[in-house]
Amino acid sequence: MIALILTQARTKLGHFGHRVLTAASTPIFIVLGVIYLLASVVISVANQGTLLSLDALDTIMSRSVGLGIVAMGQTVALVVGSIDLSVAYLISVGAVYSSAIMQNDPNRMVIGVLAVLAIGALVGLANGLVITKLRVNAFVATLGMSFILSGVLNASFQNYSGAVPDQFQTLAYGYIGPVRVPFILLAAVVLGVWILLRYTTLGHHLYAVGGNEEAARLSGIRSHRVIITAHVICSITAVLTGLYLAARIKAGAPWIGPDSHYDLESIAAVVVGGTALSGGRGGVWGTVAGVMILFVLDTSFNSLQVNEFLQNVARGLIIIGAVAAYTYREHRRRR
Amino acid sequence: MTQPATDGPLLLQMSGIGKSFFGVPVLSDVDFELRAGEVHAVLGENGAGKSTLMKILSGAYRPDAGTITFQGRPVTFRHPRDAQLTGISIIYQEFNLLPERTVAQNIFLGREPRRGPIVDRAAMDAATSRLLAQVDPSGTIAPNNLVKQLSVAQQQTVEIAKALSFDSRILIMDEPTAPLSPHEVEALFAQVRLLQKKGMGIVYISHRLREVFEVAGRVTVLKDGRKVATVAVAQTEMTALVRMMVGRALEDYFPPHATQEELGDVLLAVRGGNVTGRLHDIGFEVRAGEILGIGGLAGSGRSGLAEALFGVDPFDSGTIELGGKPVHIRSPRQAVRRSVGFLTEDRKLEGLVLSLSIRNNMLLAMRGMGRLLDSRLPHPVSVRELAASVDLRATSLDQEVRFVSGGNQQKVVLSKWLATRSRVFIFDEPTRGIDVGAKAGIHDLMRSLARKGAAIIMVSSELPELLGMSDRILVMRNGSIAGELPAGAAEDEVMFMATGEKSALSA
Amino acid sequence: MTGKTSAPIDRVSMEVTETSTWLRILRAARDTTPIFLILLALLVAIHIQSPAYNLVSIFKNGAPLAILAAGQLFVIVSGEFDLSVGSLITVVVTMSASISKGDPDKTLMVFGVMILLGIAVGLVNGLVVTRLHVPSFVATLGMMLILLGGVNYITGGTPLGDLPSNFRTFGRDEIKNFPVLGTLPNSIIVLIVAGVVMYWLLHRANFGRQIYAVGGNARAADLAGIDVAGVRTLAFIVSALSAVVAGILLGGYAGVSVQVGKGYEFQAISAAFIGGAALTGGRGSVAAAIAGGLTMQALFALLNVLGYPQELRDTVQGVIVIAAVAYASYRFRRAS
Repeated sequence: MIALILTQARTKLGHFGHRVLTAASTPIFIVLGVIYLLASVVISVANQGTLLSLDALDTIMSRSVGLGIVAMGQTVALVVGSIDLSVAYLISVGAVYSSAIMQNDPNRMVIGVLAVLAIGALVGLANGLVITKLRVNAFVATLGMSFILSGVLNASFQNYSGAVPDQFQTLAYGYIGPVRVPFILLAAVVLGVWILLRYTTLGHHLYAVGGNEEAARLSGIRSHRVIITAHVICSITAVLTGLYLAARIKAGAPWIGPDSHYDLESIAAVVVGGTALSGGRGGVWGTVAGVMILFVLDTSFNSLQVNEFLQNVARGLIIIGAVAAYTYREHRRRR
Repeated sequence: MTQPATDGPLLLQMSGIGKSFFGVPVLSDVDFELRAGEVHAVLGENGAGKSTLMKILSGAYRPDAGTITFQGRPVTFRHPRDAQLTGISIIYQEFNLLPERTVAQNIFLGREPRRGPIVDRAAMDAATSRLLAQVDPSGTIAPNNLVKQLSVAQQQTVEIAKALSFDSRILIMDEPTAPLSPHEVEALFAQVRLLQKKGMGIVYISHRLREVFEVAGRVTVLKDGRKVATVAVAQTEMTALVRMMVGRALEDYFPPHATQEELGDVLLAVRGGNVTGRLHDIGFEVRAGEILGIGGLAGSGRSGLAEALFGVDPFDSGTIELGGKPVHIRSPRQAVRRSVGFLTEDRKLEGLVLSLSIRNNMLLAMRGMGRLLDSRLPHPVSVRELAASVDLRATSLDQEVRFVSGGNQQKVVLSKWLATRSRVFIFDEPTRGIDVGAKAGIHDLMRSLARKGAAIIMVSSELPELLGMSDRILVMRNGSIAGELPAGAAEDEVMFMATGEKSALSA
Repeated sequence: MTGKTSAPIDRVSMEVTETSTWLRILRAARDTTPIFLILLALLVAIHIQSPAYNLVSIFKNGAPLAILAAGQLFVIVSGEFDLSVGSLITVVVTMSASISKGDPDKTLMVFGVMILLGIAVGLVNGLVVTRLHVPSFVATLGMMLILLGGVNYITGGTPLGDLPSNFRTFGRDEIKNFPVLGTLPNSIIVLIVAGVVMYWLLHRANFGRQIYAVGGNARAADLAGIDVAGVRTLAFIVSALSAVVAGILLGGYAGVSVQVGKGYEFQAISAAFIGGAALTGGRGSVAAAIAGGLTMQALFALLNVLGYPQELRDTVQGVIVIAAVAYASYRFRRAS
């Protein structure tokens, strides 16, 4: 499966923006490949299982889907030079409100999905407005929003509430042909964001505003609109992840998002994949690789029963290391 | 090879342009005109108003006074986009390109050809190729190259192509040759000639006289926000232009020079100083009581010398001796601890912390020298006395320094170095941006500092200041010391050393 | 062209008027007053709503946050963020419990170890930011994850051991029969001492002056001979040490748990902003940051007393942070 994606990606790379990814993301694929191989070797030696088995791959992919979807949205936010720390609670919003509205009733599935998407869009709009009109920096603005959401969620729901109907759970467990639905969902989101960033006018403008907002405005681009749109997109992917998680475990609870550190992990995945915190460059494929690296590491650690200390240390070091490496390259270039 | 002024139709006429910022006039009553097919250069030292004038023309600023007429019609620009769409493009010194995007994406930024929501890359790339063909005939740039991978000269070509894409009639180039190698400069001139043939008018801002003579037909000299003259290049010569750029009225008075008895020991000596790519074989001495002027044209290494002495961009080889003892100055911190003070060219950006009070700015370097966990300073300082000694005019020492006038700000910066009891002072453009009345005050302060035994190194691009204040003058050219002149030297001698060219007019 | 004799300069009597110390205090008060007034208003509101409510408990429970906010201020004034303090608090509490295992004789040693830990954490944060040029948000985020991992390593998920009573006394106990107030919690004493020390460090010592310079214009500070990297690193060390003190207090009354420091870093940043710190650095005062922390505590108490669910604290905090930063940003743009 992974090999499939990799070769697919590489062919696409070969045709277009080859140089873009040469600079930013391709090294990441090499890193990913190396880590993956090392991990599989170590694991098959230490354990009976091997990472390369189809079963193991299946597990990894399922768990990656949630992070992958929201990481796509975070990619959009980072490309435009912003950031979204409210995604963790937005995921919870998606999970909780969908199960609360659906109440195990198949007739309410559509309503549930639409309502949740609407809420997500509104939150994204609010984030964008606070950042552009109130001129609050993105870190503080989305952090504040995450607190606001946290309070509302925790005050309204103490536990799992409602449930999603069994039919909805096909989102998590179903198959279309030989392929699992979640994988198709992830692929759809990845492709959607890829097309957006690469081919549409909005995508071009996202990179422009992220690269140099002033230059973009001088060229007549309405930078505020672009930033707001980016945040709406990011929030929608977050609630999508929430919907997916609700489908997986049948109901949503307020701690789903924050417990798995989706906010920091999504940023980590994007940054490790080569999209700069400063904006203006990077893209979807790097994030895909970033997501996979994080989960290969997670799975390896779990298989080897490495304790959480090392896991978190590794995570922390990787994030710092990746950012330091990219920042260092930028510094070298400036000199 | 000088270009004759053309007789093409009048493209542009700017009349009586005036602009002030916070009550300080930056441009007064400036006229400027441009004909199709001509290259009209704008000359002037830093602060003369060149970039403000160009920002007005390109739509970034609105003029407070005056009119702009373009191809016979009066125009007003509310946004740089207006000027661009009207047919006036500007290439800034720092370029306005997005390094992470391709050439095509940069050129068509905000105007991407599209089919629905999808950008039509094929059309964009094709249009870009056509544009590039006009300015890059050898085809070294492809539409899908990333800008950051291009050389500076190639990036400039992209900017030119961008201007062409707007069907510009006027192209403003701000210091275009600053980052280019001599070979690339020739290529640029070829591009300029191409544009001239198309009937475009080029405004060429530069401080490099030699290039002006090579590429321009007419030149306008600005000084202190006013137009000094517009002359045909064929009918003038370098020294005349320099005189126009930096000459001042003869009424300026300066404090008397130091006499031989007033000079003390050598406080600072440099031998064999080199900074790779910037300075070459620098050697000189300064004595107590002496003001050593550093002259030369922009880019000759004057500021480089100042920065090397203060540890900002230290010497790669060579020695520095302070008070007879060899020292290492590899950082500003080391320089400050050795009693050197540096008043930078841009005091707002580098000399002051604008959000802090006058008092705290005066004590800035002292605090840096003080022990961290101590509230006391290395030696007691009375800010009141400091303020009095520099004749500071301010309502209160706790006022934020950003609200104080330029001349007084400079006095605050000077106080900072008086507080640390500096023995060697480096002034880089001591009176830039200070109104005429206050300049004399600064000059007097400098001389009285010298009299008290300090050694002063003064970098200045203003000839009268250089000649009036310095006891000796070192003239820089191309990163080395071209020569030394005594007090009482003539302007011509300075300019000869600075340019390496004799004036045909001096006997 | 020779210089001519200068025209005689008329030394006009100096127009600089020196301001009296009183005026300076008043001016400082005016700049920071809003937060004190807000705090006062909240205390009054609480008292009206529930006269039986012990207002002193706000100061007792809010002391850790106030101290943390003041420490965070050092980092914010220098132009950075420190996101590692919350997890550092958790480490302090759990490690102290594991090392001392409830033995009062070990308390002094434990304090020493914790101080060393704080210095080490601050040092690493500072070095990563100044030498590796990693943005402080990312660097301290990484540190937070590493520390959280450390907690799990030590405790294996469930906290071990107890804290000795002479450790817990700082956060938990009170001096009885105190005039006027009835009882004086130890944590308030700690707050006052810490507050005075940090006030002195930031507003009187050379160190503090240098931080303001670095935060206001790092380039000018560098050219004035200030060791910019060293100052920034020391600010991180102060922040980490304030987390150690806050941890000691929190361990005192909250006891040992893996969640003890959770979210505190964001609360501290919010408190500092409410107290008037500027996002870009170069502004803020220790007294106002402390007041900011106490204000947040008072606000939570008011919500409690008004019957709102505990969970809404977070929502309120989010709104406050956004409002505070938006207001500060507005004022900053008006001024320039």
